Amino acid sequence: MRFGIAVFPGTWSDRDCRHAVELAGHEAVMLWHKDRDLQGADCVILPGGFAYGDYLRAGAVARFAPLMESVAEFANSGGLVWGICNGFQILCEAHLLPGALTRNSSLEFRCVPTWLRVETLDSVFTAGCERGSVLQIPISHGEGRYVADEATLGTLERDDRVAFRYVRRDGSDAGDESPNGSMHDIAGILNEGRNVLGMMPHPERACEPLLGSSDGMRLFASVAKSVSGSGAMPVAAAL
Amino acid sequence: MTFSVEVVVALKPVVNDPQGLVVRDGLHRLGFTGVRSVRVGKHLELEVEADDEAAALTQVEAMCEQLLRNTVIEDSRISSVRVLTRRAS
Repeated sequence: MRFGIAVFPGTWSDRDCRHAVELAGHEAVMLWHKDRDLQGADCVILPGGFAYGDYLRAGAVARFAPLMESVAEFANSGGLVWGICNGFQILCEAHLLPGALTRNSSLEFRCVPTWLRVETLDSVFTAGCERGSVLQIPISHGEGRYVADEATLGTLERDDRVAFRYVRRDGSDAGDESPNGSMHDIAGILNEGRNVLGMMPHPERACEPLLGSSDGMRLFASVAKSVSGSGAMPVAAAL
Repeated sequence: MTFSVEVVVALKPVVNDPQGLVVRDGLHRLGFTGVRSVRVGKHLELEVEADDEAAALTQVEAMCEQLLRNTVIEDSRISSVRVLTRRAS
């Protein structure tokens, strides 16, 4: 299958995402922010970084990019869109996902391994995981504290749209070990149609044993399997 | 006419403001123990062409809703309006 990877000025995880996609045995095409053509991508990744310098607010300016008009149309017609870190912030600013990402409660930029509990299998992104399984995937952000009003949080929980929650290494609730203070320990959420996923952790930085974890590959494989029926990866033996 | 419009954008009262808490704690350490609360926000200065003040304010209020604030977590208010030039430049 073909992953389209958005490149804004200030994006920094685009090539890491391409590496992960290619490692998984799939095709990656880079999508320049000034273009509108999604080049036939089956899934568009909005990678991490600081698009347009995160001026005003993280993601606030990126949503005006010509590419984002196409991405919004694609998402609204059921296309798969996967926002990672800055991509999650952009999706919230573009109102493709509810809520907002605010300054970490620690006020620190945190670049550390985190443990995520898979909370739903009802999405192409997570269908290949086991319910309740714990993935080791790092975060790298200063503004990742998920915030939404009570009504929105209630809807997300009721509709099974929390994709990942930060937990302790053993899978128990994060408690005071939350890496950023997110409400309900939310690390990733789905839109109503379940075709748009936003997550702060970086699965592309957990794609081979050299990086300390291959757990992120489960998500790439899950998407690929859902789209093309072939999630088979050359590196499967390494997982 | 050209107006200078100043806008303050700040987190809504219900949204935790860790920056404000850290500034408050710093002030306490400096001896300003009477500080009960600090909220940190942004200050924007806009120069806006409009026919009159009401039109300028209407424009800026629309800007706040569409870009200047994140309506999920931030409030905004116009803190000052003044005339810069009487004629369109």
